Amino acid sequence: MTDTPDYKAESPAREAWRMFRRNVPALVGVVILSFIVLATLYGTFFYAGDPYNVVWAPHERPGVTPEFPLGTDYLGRDILAGMLTGGGPTLAVGAAAAAITMVIGITLGSLAGFYGGWVDNLLMRITEFFQVLPALLFAMVLVTLFSPSLWTIAIAIGVVSWPQTARLTRAEFLRIKELEYVTAARAIGARNKRIIWKVILPNAMPPLIVSATLTIGIAILFEAGLSFLGLGDPNVMSWGLMIGANRDYILDAWWPVTFPGLAIFFTVFAVSLIGDGLNDAFNPKLRER
Amino acid sequence: MNSSYILRRVGYGLVLMLGVVVLNFLLIRLAPGDPAMVIAGEMGGATEEMLESIREEYGLNKPLVVQLGIYVGNVLQGNLGESFFFNQPVASLIAQRIGPTILLVITAQILSILIGVFLGVIAARKPNGVMSGFVSVFATIGYAVPVFWTGIMLIILFASVFPIFPVEGMQSVRLRGADVFTKTLDIAHHLILPAFTLAIIYLAQYARLSRASMLEVLGSDYIRTARAKGAAEKTVLFKHALRNAALPILTVAGLQFGNLISGALLVETVFNWPGMGRLAFDSILRRDYPTIMGVLFFASAMVVVANILTDISYRWADPRLRGKS
Repeated sequence: MTDTPDYKAESPAREAWRMFRRNVPALVGVVILSFIVLATLYGTFFYAGDPYNVVWAPHERPGVTPEFPLGTDYLGRDILAGMLTGGGPTLAVGAAAAAITMVIGITLGSLAGFYGGWVDNLLMRITEFFQVLPALLFAMVLVTLFSPSLWTIAIAIGVVSWPQTARLTRAEFLRIKELEYVTAARAIGARNKRIIWKVILPNAMPPLIVSATLTIGIAILFEAGLSFLGLGDPNVMSWGLMIGANRDYILDAWWPVTFPGLAIFFTVFAVSLIGDGLNDAFNPKLRER
Repeated sequence: MNSSYILRRVGYGLVLMLGVVVLNFLLIRLAPGDPAMVIAGEMGGATEEMLESIREEYGLNKPLVVQLGIYVGNVLQGNLGESFFFNQPVASLIAQRIGPTILLVITAQILSILIGVFLGVIAARKPNGVMSGFVSVFATIGYAVPVFWTGIMLIILFASVFPIFPVEGMQSVRLRGADVFTKTLDIAHHLILPAFTLAIIYLAQYARLSRASMLEVLGSDYIRTARAKGAAEKTVLFKHALRNAALPILTVAGLQFGNLISGALLVETVFNWPGMGRLAFDSILRRDYPTIMGVLFFASAMVVVANILTDISYRWADPRLRGKS
């Protein structure tokens, strides 16, 4: 495909995609993330191993026994098997928590920004209140009170992370609602609900998409932190849990904690490269014409 | 700056804290099961008399509104309940642990701001230079590393490869009877790894932020004027430019404080640092709810205080805001 000069205006989404496609770090992020997602989805297909079973002597070094390329942990469990099974829950909770964060944040932020007045005042006070609570501590309390499962963890992370999204959405709504096309929509008789969902929200999406990407990264780190502390779902293998389970033996064996940590790092790193790429792609100042 | 602004700000902070108390109350009531059991800590060891005395103390047989009143009243009198595990008032448990946490959090905050801003300023001198690239790569990496994992990696490194820093606790046992000076040095020595672990994430963010902020300021007219009158480059950067670029950094520093406390929780657990985070973690494993709620209360109070201080220093740093309310 060639970029011929076109008299038709390019749609903003296409333009952003054209920018994103040229952004090397962002593409690196896409490749890393795709690899990790594919490995967690289909990895066990090629490498069948039970992460819960004791299969070998404890603390086998990586690369020594060909059956266990990444070695074994303090109980003699296969680390590679744990890595492949443990990624799924981490990614799923990260995605679900980010979705919950976005739904709460966008709903409250758009209502506050659109209606202003006492609605705005009330919602912003609630937002400030939630920003005062140290997020991880609050999530720990929620998870313990309501017994840990993948869903309670995702909800807990969502409940503690939405304020930033709400603030961002509100700021976008405050800016956009003064623009002429909103007045025009009102003039032709559009109702508030329609103006919020069909007129303002689509135009507020670019920064929200970027923020959603970064939220996924933060949610993954959160899930890892909770599982590391042993507050995750005890029946589900996850990267954070692997680090937490092996932390008493780190001076005897570095590998059981190093590999899952690298996996978390590369996942969040890839997500944030993509987020930065989207940010640049949506930023009209950086676009060359 | 007027004192009525500060008073109003403090008043609002107190309202937020009241909100935290109400939230604590609701959380215990919303948890599945008998609240008296929840408060006793689900240890299975709670006798019927113990439960009855808890019901009496918290008024659990009375209507919810009265219960809330009793709870708030207790907190206002400094009574955060009793930890059934330690058999001690929660307030005194926290009083023993809050010092180390404040020490860790503030050291990490100062470290990350000083190093971060310095790196950012250097990077801003050449927007496309090596340092700029380093800062933005470092910022992305710093954001993506799980803080507890950084801690573990540093422990492995400094325990087995370069044993120059202690990797656990806050004080050496063998120095129990030493003089104050030796003890202070010992604590500082123990503080290095945890504080640095915690600082890394934020350090990267400050570097990125101050680079962006400096680039904006360096393009302005008064910087050109300062250069034109022959001011030394160091003076221009650190005196003329940084002063004006500092406001966004200050804002973020205030907003980050809550995250810093969350991070401290993990770092304290990894390094066995005897602070509130360690206490919260142990209490959660023991289901010692009064203690957990007490920690939530005090940690939130620290955030409120930090926010008030940020607002006040913001007004002090930005002359345009002085005198306004």
